[in-house]
Amino acid sequence: MNIHEYQARAILRDHGIPVPEGFVAETPGEVRRAAEEIGAQVVVKAQVHAGGRGKAGGVKLASTPAEAQELAGAILGMEIKGHAVRKVLVGPAETIASEAYVGIVLDRAQQADAVMVSPAGGVDIEEVAATNPAAIMTRRIDPRYGLFDHQAGELGRFLYPEAEKAKQARSAAAILQKLYEAYLGSGATLAEINPLIVNGAGEVLAIDAKMNIDDNALFRLPQIEALRDPEAEDPAETAARAAGLSYVRLDGNIGCCVNGAGLAMATMDLVKHYGGEPANFLDIGGSSNPAKVVAALELITADSAVSSVLFNIFGGITRCDDVARGIVQATDSFDLQIPITIRLTGTNQAEGLAILARRGFQALSDMDGAVRAAVELGG
Amino acid sequence: MGIFIGGDTKLIVQGITGRDGSFHARQMIGYGTQVVAGVTPGRGGKAFDDAVPVFDTVAEAVAETGANASVVYVPARFAADAGFEAISAGVELVVIITEGVPVADMLRLLPYAREHGARIVGPNCPGLIVPGVCKVGILPGNIVAEGPAGIVSRSGTLTYEVIDCLTKAGIGQSACVGIGGDPIVGTSFVDCLEAFENDPRTAAVALIGEIGGTDEQVAAEYVSKHMTKPVVGFIAGRSAPPGRRMGHAGAIISGAEGTAAEKVRSFQENGIAVAERPVEVADLLGARL
Repeated sequence: MNIHEYQARAILRDHGIPVPEGFVAETPGEVRRAAEEIGAQVVVKAQVHAGGRGKAGGVKLASTPAEAQELAGAILGMEIKGHAVRKVLVGPAETIASEAYVGIVLDRAQQADAVMVSPAGGVDIEEVAATNPAAIMTRRIDPRYGLFDHQAGELGRFLYPEAEKAKQARSAAAILQKLYEAYLGSGATLAEINPLIVNGAGEVLAIDAKMNIDDNALFRLPQIEALRDPEAEDPAETAARAAGLSYVRLDGNIGCCVNGAGLAMATMDLVKHYGGEPANFLDIGGSSNPAKVVAALELITADSAVSSVLFNIFGGITRCDDVARGIVQATDSFDLQIPITIRLTGTNQAEGLAILARRGFQALSDMDGAVRAAVELGG
Repeated sequence: MGIFIGGDTKLIVQGITGRDGSFHARQMIGYGTQVVAGVTPGRGGKAFDDAVPVFDTVAEAVAETGANASVVYVPARFAADAGFEAISAGVELVVIITEGVPVADMLRLLPYAREHGARIVGPNCPGLIVPGVCKVGILPGNIVAEGPAGIVSRSGTLTYEVIDCLTKAGIGQSACVGIGGDPIVGTSFVDCLEAFENDPRTAAVALIGEIGGTDEQVAAEYVSKHMTKPVVGFIAGRSAPPGRRMGHAGAIISGAEGTAAEKVRSFQENGIAVAERPVEVADLLGARL
C-alpha cells in the first residue's frame, strides 16, 4: 500500500523527526488560508501516489497567499502519471543550505533492511546510484538488534563530514534511528526522506517523506490501514480486495480469472502471445470458495471493455469443484452476455467437470487451447 | 534421497485440524509421506483421522515421534511463530505454505533458522515433491511422474502447469520445489540449483521465474559458473505493467532490473534457453536430456 506524503510526514513527526508544519488542502481557498496562516513564502505540493511530481508541475513556490491560491487552482485537478490530484500539501518554503537523501529500504538480495544515505539529495537516488555510486553509503540492519548507534553515527558523518558540521551529523544520526522506528512501526518496506535539508538556521529537517507499506503487515496495524486513500485507488481494485481477490485492471478485452499469481501472469502473457490483450490480472487465490468465483466474475464483467472471459484454473489448494460451483452460481445470478472459456484441471477435477457438464458448460484441459479459444471469441 | 526431502522425512503438520491442513495432510499421507504427527495448540491428545497423533506443541511432537521436518498451514499472523517453534524444537526443515506473512516476520525468522542449521522453504509456496517417494505441501501428486527433470519455481500453480506439460511429454521429475512468491523466502533458486547439481537422479533443470527482484539474475550467474547440468527457463509477467503488484508481493517491477526482459536477457547470456510459453519448457528440456 502507498500512503501520501502528508501522511508519511505525520508518521515521522510522531516519531520525533523534525518536520516543518504543513497543511492539507482540497480547494484553492483552503490553500490561500493555509498560506495566510504560515505568513511567508510557501510551497504547494500535489499529493498523489506517483513519483516525479516536481517535473510534472505538481510542486510550486508561491510568494503570496493570492499566488498560492492561483497555483493550487492549477495543481488541484491535474493528472500526474494517471493519478488525479485531489489534495495538496502547503508548507513554509525553507531556506535550503544543503540537501541530502536518507532512506530505509527492504534489501531483497541481502534479506535485510538497509539504510542508504547520500549527501547528493533532492534528486532520484536511482540516478545517483547509476552516475555517482561513491556518493551513497549503505549499512545493513540486523533485525534482532536494530540500527546500531555506531552505524547511525557513521552514516551521519558521511552526510556531514566537516568538523564544523558535527552537530548536523549527530542530528542526522538521531533522525536515522527514529526513521527506523517509524519504518518498523508502520510495517514499511520503504521509508525515505528526500531531501533532508540543513536550513538557514543550521537545523536538519525532513522536507519530503515517502513510505511504502507491506500489505501483509496491515492486519496488525489498523492505524496504518486507516491511512488508505480509496480515492487514489481503482474502485474495482478496492472491491476486489474486499472480496479477497487480487486484481489489477489493464487495457485489453480478455477478462482473465486465474488461481495463483504466477499462472495469472503466464496467462496474460499467453493471451498476448496469441494476439489478444488481457483486460486484467486476477488471482482468485488458494482455498477459494464459490463466493469468490462469483465476485471475480462480477468484477471482470463490470469492465465494459471485456468481450471474452477466460477461466484458467489449475487446482492445487484450490479445488476444481469449488470453482465450478462458483461459475454455476455466478451464471445463475446474472445474465452473462459474453462468451466464457473454461480451463479446469487438478484437484477434484472430475467433480468440477461434472458440475459444469450438468449446466452445459464445456471445459478444456489445456492452457494453450483455452487461451486461443478465448482470444478468438473476444474478436 | 531427493532434494531436501526423501524417504527418511518424518513430517509434522502444523495446523493439521484446519481446513487446508487437514485436506492436505490426507493428500500427503495418501501419497506415501510419513506424516508422524500433527500440532494444533489445545487439541493435544487427539488423533487425526484415528491415525496421526495430535500434540499441543512441536517440542512434544518431536520428542514423541522423532520428526525431522514440518509443514506449516497456520494463518499468516501465526506462521512465523510456528517456524520459530519448529526450529526451537530441533526440526531441520520447515516448509511454510501460508501466504500473507509479513516481510518483517521473515527477516527475523531467517537468521534464527540459519543459526540453528535449519532450512526454511517458503512462505507463500506450494512446497516440494519427490515423485514416487514423498511430498510436503500442496503440489498435486497425480500430475508428477518419476524421471530426470528437476523443477524449481517461485510460483505455485504455474509450477503445476509446467510439471503437467512435462509429464504429458513423457518427461518425469526428480524433484519439484516451489520456493515461494514473496520478496523474502528461506530457500533461494541458487540453494535448489546447487542441490540439483549434486543430485545423481537429476539430469537437467527447469527454472521458473517471474518479474520482480533479482533472484533470477543471481541464479543465472550461478548456472553459468557452477553448473554442469543443462538448465532451461521461463519468466512469467512479460505483459505486466511496471509499478503494480501482480498478486505475489515479490512481483513488482521497480527499476529496470526486475523486468521480464532483463531476466530473459540474463538467462540467455548465461546459457539458459528460455521458453516463450509454459508448454515449450517440455520441448527445451526434452531436447537436452
